[in-house]
Amino acid sequence: MSKELIRLQNLTMEFDGECILDSINLYINDHEFLTLLGPSGCGKTTTLRIIGGFLTPTDGTVMFDGKCINDVPPYERQINTVFQRYALFPHLNVFDNIAFGLRVAKLPKEQINERVNRMLEIVSLKGYGHRRISSLSGGQQQRVAIARALVNEPKVLLLDEPLGALDLRLRKDMQNELKRIQQTTGITFVYVTHDQEEALSMSDTVVVMDKGRIQQIGKPEDIYNEPKNAFVADFIGESNILDGVMLEDFKVKFFGRVFDCVDKGFEPNELVDVVIRPEDIDIVEPKQGHLVGKVTNITFKGLNYDIIVEFKGFKWLIQTTDYCAEGSTIGIRLNPEDIHIMKKSEYSGMFGDYSSYSAEYDELAEDVADEEE
Amino acid sequence: MKKTNRIFTAAIFVFLYVPMLVLIVGSFNEGKSLARFDGFTFDQYAELFRDSDLLRLLGNSVLISVIASAAATVFGTVAAVGISSLRPKMRRVVMQLTDIPMTNPDIVTGISLSLLFVFVGTKMLGQRDSLTFWTLLTAHITFNLPYVILNVMPKLKQMDRSLTDAAMDLGCTPVQSFFKVTLHEIMPGVVAGAIMSFTMSLDDFVISYFVSGMDFVTLPVEIYSYTKKPIPPKIYAMFTLLFLLILVLMVTMNLLQLRSDKKKEQVRR
Repeated sequence: MSKELIRLQNLTMEFDGECILDSINLYINDHEFLTLLGPSGCGKTTTLRIIGGFLTPTDGTVMFDGKCINDVPPYERQINTVFQRYALFPHLNVFDNIAFGLRVAKLPKEQINERVNRMLEIVSLKGYGHRRISSLSGGQQQRVAIARALVNEPKVLLLDEPLGALDLRLRKDMQNELKRIQQTTGITFVYVTHDQEEALSMSDTVVVMDKGRIQQIGKPEDIYNEPKNAFVADFIGESNILDGVMLEDFKVKFFGRVFDCVDKGFEPNELVDVVIRPEDIDIVEPKQGHLVGKVTNITFKGLNYDIIVEFKGFKWLIQTTDYCAEGSTIGIRLNPEDIHIMKKSEYSGMFGDYSSYSAEYDELAEDVADEEE
Repeated sequence: MKKTNRIFTAAIFVFLYVPMLVLIVGSFNEGKSLARFDGFTFDQYAELFRDSDLLRLLGNSVLISVIASAAATVFGTVAAVGISSLRPKMRRVVMQLTDIPMTNPDIVTGISLSLLFVFVGTKMLGQRDSLTFWTLLTAHITFNLPYVILNVMPKLKQMDRSLTDAAMDLGCTPVQSFFKVTLHEIMPGVVAGAIMSFTMSLDDFVISYFVSGMDFVTLPVEIYSYTKKPIPPKIYAMFTLLFLLILVLMVTMNLLQLRSDKKKEQVRR
């Protein structure tokens, strides 16, 4: 267990009477790769900017290595940032951009040369030192931005959606690259993204945020397998979320049928949200199924089919590699470990119903989300 | 339609530049009258450079313009940086306030500055001659300031805010980040503001007329007294040179603007 490096205590941020952060409590360990994940406007970038020192919280404290750093300006913090749109200095070339921080710190010239050149190698931009920033591609600019921050050997690196402007292929490459850099340097990364896949594949710890509050903190597997509420279940991957009643430990009732499950610790007959991941559902002959439904829609996704199945007026999303014709009747089986029980929350009933599902609608929603960024 | 447009445009340029042309031709005229061209000569220019009085006045004008525009550029740039960091509502109010002096009639500005200087000088400091080189300089800096702010503000607005964040992130104090990053980004605006205020200072008559004393007079103020008698042709020669100077400055300014726009375009791509 590595030691704690940053602690946010009751961190609150208000702007023009609007609450951006609502009493956030979070600690970040040394050498950790921690991701703040959430939709736009959830407060993740604000949290990052407060850690970087660019915003002063309305209330609460930021502790760094056991000391309160609320009033320490950004230029005195052992923290560096990779900005969303890189923020490279256009009047300087690649080398001078990377050397910027070292020169401000007035390091000897030979040392600057050595460290910048080593950094250029790490981000695979050897020989690009004299190039103008405007002559670089987006991916290369991204790597210069990372090098410019890392060359100062900060205790913590903050990354604000650093891959947001790159295309999918480049994104995947850079994800691996970033993870590799983090592991070799051992620097603590605090990473902000709205891309759940990115968060799950890179992080040691994921912090899911919405409406200025932390919804869940945990390892990627735990966040995915044991979401705390309907928001997390829906935001991390796809989920079918149903109303259920917890009859007793390990017994849950929904759709008029009692299922075995692996959850316990609820009140007898407590109303709960039941989460079923679309890829966990087994399709069987109607006779053998726990539930029987009708396929209303099927979309080919490459790796699998997304099918929408109607059960008693409620539509589920099921991901399967088997083709099921539209209009056909299928049965499904649910194993106890496929059923996850959540306590009711303010998000209950808002997510997890695929009644209005259509593939085009999904894409539209994504476009809108991108524009908002 | 297109044809009438062209004719119209041509007519505008004729009206704008014919007076200048008459002056330039007059400066090369051997005779004294503008009505008749008696032959080509550089005599008027030679005459001009022998007239130490006129050269001294020209020197005065250039001196005051250089000092005033330099000071206004420094103060105006600092002011613009300050204004741009204000909250939007406050920023609009302040910008309105800095714009008003530009539209204010020069004569009003001139007389009110004059009254202020005389009041402060005689009543508060007990001077006998309260209008001096320093009052003239102060007045010039004052009316130049809005032009610098006007030129620098848009550059600050265009600048990526995260650049200064990045500079501070890398260890710069706010002052260091201004000199290392912000100034580079807004340089075209600063240069444009400096050139514009230089030309404003150089040709100002109305305000200078009210705030200059006997010890230090600029060229336009002195020439005003010439217009009551026949103008000697060497003045045409000087006007021609001034016109050329301003022309060169304006062309430089536009070229700089063009280059910075092109660079922006590249970065975006």
